[in-house]
Amino acid sequence: MTAERFGLPQPWLTFALFVVWQFLSDGVTGASVVMGLILAIGIPLITHRFWPENPRICRPWALIPLLLVVLYDIVVASVSVTILILSPRQPRSAFVAYPLTLKDPLAITLLASTVSLTPGTVSADVNDEGTLLLIHALDVDDDAELIRSIEQRYEKPLLEIFQ
Amino acid sequence: MEQLPFIAELIISILLVAGGFFSLVGAFGLVRLPDFYARLHGPTKATTLGVGSVVVASMAYFTLHTGELAITELLVTVFLFMTAPVSANFLAKAAMHRKVSCMEGTRGEPWDQ
Repeated sequence: MTAERFGLPQPWLTFALFVVWQFLSDGVTGASVVMGLILAIGIPLITHRFWPENPRICRPWALIPLLLVVLYDIVVASVSVTILILSPRQPRSAFVAYPLTLKDPLAITLLASTVSLTPGTVSADVNDEGTLLLIHALDVDDDAELIRSIEQRYEKPLLEIFQ
Repeated sequence: MEQLPFIAELIISILLVAGGFFSLVGAFGLVRLPDFYARLHGPTKATTLGVGSVVVASMAYFTLHTGELAITELLVTVFLFMTAPVSANFLAKAAMHRKVSCMEGTRGEPWDQ
């Protein structure tokens, strides 16, 4: 609320844009800070109508352990997908409907992206009510096990961050 | 050009070879996997680690070479991580909309709404 009064409808977006601009401009200089501030304040002002509602981020620091878990999973699962591709056996694919506990659209997007980034699973669709996430798994034996691991590893930390 | 220590060169080379290998496997997956949905996994996945290795190798090389911390490469990862799932999602939605057939033995149903 207070941030909105100072012309910052989305403080987190402003922060992210500023940091990304410093990375892009090859070294933090006076010029890059000024330009970064202009962009970081201007872009949210222009685009905030496109965002249905501001995501409520309660514990941003809880994102760090989640990131580490995701990075670890990417490495482990990449290796298993590599082995699957190089071995002659046929994969056992499945469409799995994952029941979402998350409500926030941004949180659901983050979960779907995480599922897509970790090898072996792609999120294919979210139903209109936002209660089911359709996941295509490349090679699974047990659908319930997949759902449980996604819930434990990714959805729980996201729930903590957003609720 | 100043010489990097042998061990640094070795690690960077291993990362580059690993990156190339994972990208190659991702591409090979496109040929080898049996149906559209399975082929989606190849390029979005094995490539994540492939590009990741190359990015880490590049960061290590330029950090050691110039003596300054090179972190611009992190942006490559960030943008890749933001865009790859979205394009995979669109491809999957388009495929379900067109009722692309799955391979035999696929459990569960794709839906179209």
